[in-house]
Amino acid sequence: MKKFETEIAIIGAGSAGLSAAIQAASAGAKVLVIDENKRPGGQLFKQIHKFFGSQEHKAGIRGYQIGQELLRQVEESGAEVMLDSLAYGLFPDLQMGLIHQGKAAVVEAKKYIIAAGAKENYLSFPGSTLPGVMGAGAAQTMININRVLPGKKIVMVGSGNVGLIVSYQLMQAGAEVVSLVEAADKIGGYAVHAGKIRRAGVPILTSTTIKRILGETEVTGVELVDLDSSFGEIPGSERIIDCDTVCLAVGLNPMTELAWMAGCQFEYLAPFGGHVPLHDENMETTVPGVYVAGDVTGVEEASTAMEEGNLAGIAAAEALGYLTPAAAAEKKQAVYNRLAVLRSGPFGEGRRQLKQKQLAAMETYKKKMGGAAVQ
Amino acid sequence: MEHSMRVKHHPILGEAEERKTVTIYFDGEPLQAYEGEPIAAALISAGHRAFRTTQKEHKPRGIFCAIGRCTDCMMIVDGKPNTRTCITLVRDGMKVETQHGLA
Repeated sequence: MKKFETEIAIIGAGSAGLSAAIQAASAGAKVLVIDENKRPGGQLFKQIHKFFGSQEHKAGIRGYQIGQELLRQVEESGAEVMLDSLAYGLFPDLQMGLIHQGKAAVVEAKKYIIAAGAKENYLSFPGSTLPGVMGAGAAQTMININRVLPGKKIVMVGSGNVGLIVSYQLMQAGAEVVSLVEAADKIGGYAVHAGKIRRAGVPILTSTTIKRILGETEVTGVELVDLDSSFGEIPGSERIIDCDTVCLAVGLNPMTELAWMAGCQFEYLAPFGGHVPLHDENMETTVPGVYVAGDVTGVEEASTAMEEGNLAGIAAAEALGYLTPAAAAEKKQAVYNRLAVLRSGPFGEGRRQLKQKQLAAMETYKKKMGGAAVQ
Repeated sequence: MEHSMRVKHHPILGEAEERKTVTIYFDGEPLQAYEGEPIAAALISAGHRAFRTTQKEHKPRGIFCAIGRCTDCMMIVDGKPNTRTCITLVRDGMKVETQHGLA
């Protein structure tokens, strides 16, 4: 069986993983990035909208351009990216099982950075298994990566930023978005995204949900129903609209399988998407040598994922002696400052508090273990 | 749903690149696909959205996540069942079959 030896193994070649690789490899560490896909970049290449924040957060740059830039920097840094390699297990002795180009292989590394990302949530209701019902991110992949419309008349469920942005991008690709449906009584995402949807004439129906999807072999329409303030259906408000596709933008959940296998401790933080691994300010988990970064630590945004990746990369390089504590501290402080801005404001504040809770849970765990779990 | 499912013009991404076409067979029917695209993209662009039937209720199912995570898009590809068609790329002459249950 083939064995890959490296100093830092990073699982996931998306926003967080590539950022970690750039930091660690440019500090001098030997870095191997592993990704099961045939192309690197994770979900960045389907993000064709401009990012928010200030200039240092790459605001005004489209996601796929950020992806191109990260790949260029990875190449410069000397990190190796190994594609078509699925990490199926991270064992307590810190060996990682891999299916590399269809064959079993092993990775042996001193440090692991899990940057596996997140996957879309499902929503179950009558008809929701029909062909034509898919994640909003799936539709986004189809139009922006594969350049194929998943359908022509779309109903979007969920008015968070994903629902709003993907609705707009479906229109850019040539589909008609019939309605955007939101169970809550107000729009979840940024007003600027919602404004574009409304300007394009798409109704955003708040306090509304799908009662059932119509169709025998695929989606032919949906039955909508109004909801009261406690999310109860209002009888008599049912109406049917025609569509051929239903996209679900109802959140994501972290892909934490490897962290569970490695024996990491978790905390349940519902707004982060479920169970998330505990980590410290270095992004290191309760298992020494195992770091996490990006959506796997709690679903946020590509911009925060990149910064968490930066942190994990700096910290892992420091732990291996490639950065002095002073040099690492300076680099980390710059990242903390940028993260503080990303986690502020009406949308970021909640995430800042959640992250504090996650870090506090890590502290509690360390105290309970008498510091034994920490190097 | 036919070839108009292809996104040829795009206000941000520009015109679609010229790509080499290959032929794949969906339940025996020849289809034109673009070299390097996932099987799922080729099928959907040709108007096929039902990829398999579920094990217990025999209901049709198509893609859900399109990034290789959910396994909703599994089909029999060149005789190999449970192949994720959203991340498996087409190859000239590839045989793609509807999968029933766990095949």
